[in-house]
Amino acid sequence: MSQKISWRRTNFQKIIFSSFSASAVLNGAILILIVYFLVSNGIEAISFDFLTKPPIDSMTRGGILPCIVGTSLLCAVTIITALPIGVASAIYLNEYATKGKLVRIIRMGINNLAGVPSIVFGLFGLAFFCIILKIGVSLLAGGLTLAIMTLPVIIASSEEALKSVSDTYREASLAMGATKWQTIYKVILPAAFPGIITGAILGLSRAAGETAPIMYTGAVFFSPMMPSSPFDAVMALPYHIYVLATAGTNIEATRHLQYGTALVLIALVFGMNLIAIIIRSRVRKKMKI
Amino acid sequence: MSQFNTEKGVQSIFLLIALMSITLLFLIMVFLFLEGLPIFHHVSVKEFIFGQYWYPTDDDPAFGVFPLVIGSFTVAAFAAVLAVPLGIMTAIYIAEIADRRIAEIVKPIVELMASMPSVVIGFFGMVVVSPFLQQTFNIPVGLNLFNAGLMLAFMAIPTICSISEDAIFSVPSAIKEGSYALGATHLETIIKITIPASLSGISTGVILGLSRAIGETMVVLMVAGGAAIIPESLFDPVRPMPSTIAAEMGEAPYHSEHYYALFAVGITLFAFTFLFNLAADYISYKYKQAGEGYS
Repeated sequence: MSQKISWRRTNFQKIIFSSFSASAVLNGAILILIVYFLVSNGIEAISFDFLTKPPIDSMTRGGILPCIVGTSLLCAVTIITALPIGVASAIYLNEYATKGKLVRIIRMGINNLAGVPSIVFGLFGLAFFCIILKIGVSLLAGGLTLAIMTLPVIIASSEEALKSVSDTYREASLAMGATKWQTIYKVILPAAFPGIITGAILGLSRAAGETAPIMYTGAVFFSPMMPSSPFDAVMALPYHIYVLATAGTNIEATRHLQYGTALVLIALVFGMNLIAIIIRSRVRKKMKI
Repeated sequence: MSQFNTEKGVQSIFLLIALMSITLLFLIMVFLFLEGLPIFHHVSVKEFIFGQYWYPTDDDPAFGVFPLVIGSFTVAAFAAVLAVPLGIMTAIYIAEIADRRIAEIVKPIVELMASMPSVVIGFFGMVVVSPFLQQTFNIPVGLNLFNAGLMLAFMAIPTICSISEDAIFSVPSAIKEGSYALGATHLETIIKITIPASLSGISTGVILGLSRAIGETMVVLMVAGGAAIIPESLFDPVRPMPSTIAAEMGEAPYHSEHYYALFAVGITLFAFTFLFNLAADYISYKYKQAGEGYS
């Protein structure tokens, strides 16, 4: 009798556990399916010309160079503004702050900023940067909007990086007579550097793939020239995909360009993520020793 | 003395910068209200919230946000039905069942899912899922609630999974061992001990995942179909709030009624996601994870 129950119990467990692993497999399978589909359809479109020429014939032929340049420049503006602010916020939260109301409020702000829908960032960027500050639809406005969106990601990962620096480093430095600030920038920041960079790359990869925040702040449909100043609007990879897939006059005819652009975008985003994952796993291994 | 002053100065600079996030959040709210509230000179709050019709560009425009809110929630609810079980089951698999090596492979896969640009997922929904739905269910249009729900589920799973996984993983082994010692099987321990102990983390993950689904723009813009109606079936097109803003902002003249109305939709959307986030924040703060302060 008792054997029968335990037989039932273990078999039931087996069935449930395999459904758990099945759900994990399903996730991976869907991801692989999407990537496979993009690669198999997009690979023909990729050529040297595709990556190095601007679009021609009202975007029905040619390459995507302006989009690659535009996305890279947007990322540059984003990281230049978001990284210092994010790291400084993390330093305050991890090194200076003592538990209390103020820290609780700051954390609530960061958590809520992380949850703001991307299109709302777009609305804010449009109203604040483009209209009130009179920057207009531009590289600068788009990059700054993306920077606000990326900020919570960078703060969270920088904080984690700072936390992982052992307290013995801090104590040793203070014992040598260094002040707190000297300790932070000579001892703690260098030790936390790889972790901070990982977070920065992850944040950037998110910014590179976002469309909604830049639709009305930085990106344009088509721009015949490369941007020459931060006040020029740019073309961007994600927005280009959206435009070609929904608003083109010849949606079917440009299908191969859409696949190609999507492939370039996910190669960029996944590439950044893989680099970040590799750096992080190395750092973790180092920390364990 | 001067060194002391430097130290003080540095600390206040860091504090000021740390306050920037909350300032930005505040600014976002201010601008949404500044640009959105003027719509209530044209329609009453009641008409806006409960109005059944969204015809912003008609001669006699109607600004009823109700169908858009329903659109957002039906899509998110459908996504939740798929994403919540899948996300939590995968989290349990990674934290409890898979051996370390496999877990180290599955985790980056989940992270890559999270990093997939939304426009690419929308594109996939348009060119692959939509024709597939048309053929399989014999429906005229493949861009609808069903399709958008599927795609949003894919976007919500990584959030739900990684937060739940953290929570499940951090349940102290002492209480699990206690359960085994009493003769419970692994599964019984998971259901009766591990999940209840990590419930606050899991619910935080679910709430944040759903908040992401409600706020997601590109996917619903590309695959939800875009009709501002209250859906009667899974295969009806819908027009969730984010897609309304994204689709119409380009053609709304600056400081026109339509422009104000779109910012007011932004306020509505922001209010919902803000509530979700506050709830998640409250749960994770109030119901501290079992095991915190244990080790």
